[in-house]
Amino acid sequence: MVEILLILVSTIFVTNFVLARFLGICPFLGVSSRIETSIGMGMAVIFVITLAALSAWSIEKVILVPFDLVYLRTIVFILVIATLVQFVEMVVRKTSPALYNALGIYLPLITTNCAVLGVALLVVQKDMDFFQTFFFGVGASVGFTVALLLMAGIREQTAYAKIPQIFQGTPIGLITAGLMSLAFLGFAGLVRM
Amino acid sequence: MADSETISSDIAGVETAPAPWLDFKELSQDLTRGLWQEIPLFRLVLGTCPTLAVTTSATNGVGMGIATTFVLIASNVMISLLRNIIPDMVRIPAFIVVIASFVTVTDLMMAAFTPDLHHALGIFIPLIVVNCILLARAEAFASKNNSIRSAVDGLGMGIGFSIALILLGTVREILGNGTWFGIPVLTGTMDLFGYDYQPLIVMVLPPGAFIGLGLLVAGMNKIEANRQKKR
Repeated sequence: MVEILLILVSTIFVTNFVLARFLGICPFLGVSSRIETSIGMGMAVIFVITLAALSAWSIEKVILVPFDLVYLRTIVFILVIATLVQFVEMVVRKTSPALYNALGIYLPLITTNCAVLGVALLVVQKDMDFFQTFFFGVGASVGFTVALLLMAGIREQTAYAKIPQIFQGTPIGLITAGLMSLAFLGFAGLVRM
Repeated sequence: MADSETISSDIAGVETAPAPWLDFKELSQDLTRGLWQEIPLFRLVLGTCPTLAVTTSATNGVGMGIATTFVLIASNVMISLLRNIIPDMVRIPAFIVVIASFVTVTDLMMAAFTPDLHHALGIFIPLIVVNCILLARAEAFASKNNSIRSAVDGLGMGIGFSIALILLGTVREILGNGTWFGIPVLTGTMDLFGYDYQPLIVMVLPPGAFIGLGLLVAGMNKIEANRQKKR
């Protein structure tokens, strides 16, 4: 129980995937202009990252290591993620049209979200067990969503601010992210993973 | 005159004058496109994750730049050779497999020949696969052009990306550590004048990456705005 809590706190706050590990910056900057869309993106990411972490872990343990194919890891993982995203999209469309309407457009974007491949690779590199993998995946994606939502909240405010022309768009987004990252540094030393 | 020619060739469905096999003007355009007009990082804001993560020093920037450039050139050439074979429906997965293969090659080569750099870049070498620049160039350029032009395009984009990485790495290393490629540039000069330089450690920490890149993109916008004004 304590271990689970430690994994969650460390992945959500201490080494936040976006603000401390730099994974998933593209969607973080791209989809964070409105809170509504970032909730949709966040939900889709939580769903896919958790599933991807578990499938990557299983494939590593069941196929790659026993057959001595560890050097194929990158290729296999990216294919698994791409397939998984397609599969999730089809299942969600068949079973729950409401959820599909909410997540639909974000699902295809997730394949190239480096947080997904990053979680898959970190999980096998750190040699976690199945439960650690599950909570690592959940924590990582919740951390991503927290950062995304905070960013969207700030951006909805800065949209009305008077920003010098050369800073409009990406530069101000990056500097906002920098200040958020500085705030998140305050969590450093809380837990070490 | 020219108009009537194009119309007639359209009707006939044949090109009147076949384009020369090697067109150097076209090639130089392909090369320079990546260096300024569409410099991947600053203009299109693609490939931000590896950029922010590895640029704690200029040396890491160079390493990442070379690795990405190699994968870009190799996958561009391979995809343009295969462009008539790959069915349109499955082109994106096919591109990703080609890219992932070359990334694996790079990963293993770096582990063998530059173990220190391999360790410093860590998880971000396999993550070159999901660098949007690669898929973007495969889809937008290599799948439509011949392999020589694709190679040149990959080289240009790779150099553009490397320049951006080295710039950010330089800013962060000099301010955050007082050194440049390991040489004590700032600390050394400050010592000469009898001052003790306190490094801005925040620059090598995550916030410095975001703020540094934000300022660089803003500077780029300023230069471009000035150029536009002159015209």
